Amino acid sequence: MSQFAINLIFVGASFALYIGIAIWARAGSTKDFYVAGGGVHPVTNGMATAADWMSAASFISMAGLLASGGYANSTFLMGWTGGYVILAMLLAPYLRKFGKFTVPDFIGDRFYSSTARLVAVVCLVVASVTYVIGQMTGAGVAFSRFLEVSSTAGIWIAAAIVFLYAVFGGMKGITYTQVAQYIVLIIAYTIPAVFISLQLTNNPIPMFGMFSTHTESGVPLLAKLDDVVNALGFRDYTADVDNKLNMVLFTLSLMVGTAGLPHVIIRFFTVPKVADARWSAGWALVFIALLYLTAPAVGSMARLNLMTTIYPDMAGQVENYEEAATNPIAYEERPEWVRTWEETGLITYEDLNNDGNIQFYNDAEDFSERGWEGNELTVNNDILVLANPEIANLPSWVIGLIAAGGIAAALSTAAGLLLAISSAISHDLIKNTINPRITEKGEMLAARISMAGAILIATYLGLNPPGFAAQTVALAFGIAGASLFPALMMGIFSKRINNVGAVAGMLAGLICTLLYIFTYLGWLFIPGTNTLPNTVDNWIFGISPLSFGAVGAIINFIVAYGVSSVTAAPPQEIQDLVDSVRYPKGAGGAVDH
Amino acid sequence: MAEDKSNAAAYWKANVRLITGCLILWAFVSYGCAILFRPLLSGIPVGGTDLGFWFAQQGSILTFIGIIFFYAWKMNQLDKKFGLGE
Repeated sequence: MSQFAINLIFVGASFALYIGIAIWARAGSTKDFYVAGGGVHPVTNGMATAADWMSAASFISMAGLLASGGYANSTFLMGWTGGYVILAMLLAPYLRKFGKFTVPDFIGDRFYSSTARLVAVVCLVVASVTYVIGQMTGAGVAFSRFLEVSSTAGIWIAAAIVFLYAVFGGMKGITYTQVAQYIVLIIAYTIPAVFISLQLTNNPIPMFGMFSTHTESGVPLLAKLDDVVNALGFRDYTADVDNKLNMVLFTLSLMVGTAGLPHVIIRFFTVPKVADARWSAGWALVFIALLYLTAPAVGSMARLNLMTTIYPDMAGQVENYEEAATNPIAYEERPEWVRTWEETGLITYEDLNNDGNIQFYNDAEDFSERGWEGNELTVNNDILVLANPEIANLPSWVIGLIAAGGIAAALSTAAGLLLAISSAISHDLIKNTINPRITEKGEMLAARISMAGAILIATYLGLNPPGFAAQTVALAFGIAGASLFPALMMGIFSKRINNVGAVAGMLAGLICTLLYIFTYLGWLFIPGTNTLPNTVDNWIFGISPLSFGAVGAIINFIVAYGVSSVTAAPPQEIQDLVDSVRYPKGAGGAVDH
Repeated sequence: MAEDKSNAAAYWKANVRLITGCLILWAFVSYGCAILFRPLLSGIPVGGTDLGFWFAQQGSILTFIGIIFFYAWKMNQLDKKFGLGE
């Protein structure tokens, strides 16, 4: 059977499973559509949160960025897990006690202002749409590979499937489907990692294998990887970074973004009790960590396998890396996986020195004494996880499995985000601001139309994304972290922050962050419209647009505090509301019943 | 009602104290051990690299899990102490 047929079977079977569950648990009322009736066990909820959370960025893209960036990209690992600590302690239990549908609901009530609610809707939609752009990029890579089409066609196919899926599911369908998706994606991620770890280090547990000895050469794997990449002009894999300020801010930005993202927060409205919201965050992180502890092993091992595929003499070397570097494989002898990925346009080759061999190295360094005239092979970071089983020559069912897992990851998150976008527009914007007398049916229709609109915009921008999937997603985190997180946190932890302060803070955080991002990455992410080139020399204090969310959040806190302290304190009933969310006694059901 | 109010204030104070402690540990492992203090920990080897690298890619995540469960457990105790167990 061909690889194409096997992929189709795996992806088809996993889809049949999700759709089956979605039909079985179809949303009946508006309440079910948003929060699954409020009766989900913390462990189940944790698993669904993990699926919701681990998107194409975590599954498809992150290990590729770790592979190319090494230690410097550890920020993704810490940022996307550390956020759960703040979520569990600073937001989740209190928002659960508050007990309404959405994030703008809380901001609108706590800051007793429909302007605040409206600003929250805008922040939420901007962050979520940016996030969906990243998902579309990742899903496009996965679909293009397994259907063997161009990455553009892959994105449009992904868009059609995400739309059908999100529109007919709603939250109730999504909770149980996402449990299934979590199981598919974690199996798909770990099985190839275990095989590769066994091949390279004889250790079946990737997170330990990564720190043990490379069997073929007898050198510790990471030390070996440092030597290999060093001989080709790259920075050491484990090298420390010089710009620690940027690394700290980037990590912080991802952490506060995690706690500010509406599709994650909304999950904590679905558990029965306040205490369950705390446990739920813990379980979510356990399930997430299963992937996140494996990802660095996948990244480092894939990098080593990639290098030793191009330079076979590197594999058994202990010291003569320079010599091994002069003997790459010929282009005509390239492995099958390079050929198949070339068809998607995500691997390209150009024989610059006309010797018929593949020179794959960092051409910022001069290697002309080796007869090299530039790097000849370009490998898109986002393909690495999907190509990983092929690079390691694993059986074809493993490749089918990883295709199914990658698609599950992209779909589950895109569906959760679209739900957050649609509930913000139909519930917060239309029902609570524009037309309070809208029927339940009309509200559902508005929800579905806004989903379709969001998918179209995200797909269009996903064709020319502002970065690799994980980088685009990181921008979304920056935006959410700079705008929503501070407002939510201050709403709970301070009684003094008032309506004017919160609105001013959210707007200041959102606008500063967007201005900084758009300056370097293009206005509204439209390619070619950036004001300054996106390079380190142009960044203020070396702060990358990906890291700026943390600065935006700090601006938000300062502005909100400053404005509030010169305007009137919130009325007594709002101070009582704050007291009541702080105190878990008498939490109602998940919604108003 | 007045008693409930002072009870709530004491509960909140204890909660904030616990959160502060947990956040210090959270920041210490991630921003501290994994990023800022990595050069100081470079003398401690871990499987082909150093302890700071291990914290950045493994240790901090494991600590985060520990922190959340510890917090949830302590808060359950606090809920009981204040008669809030549901």
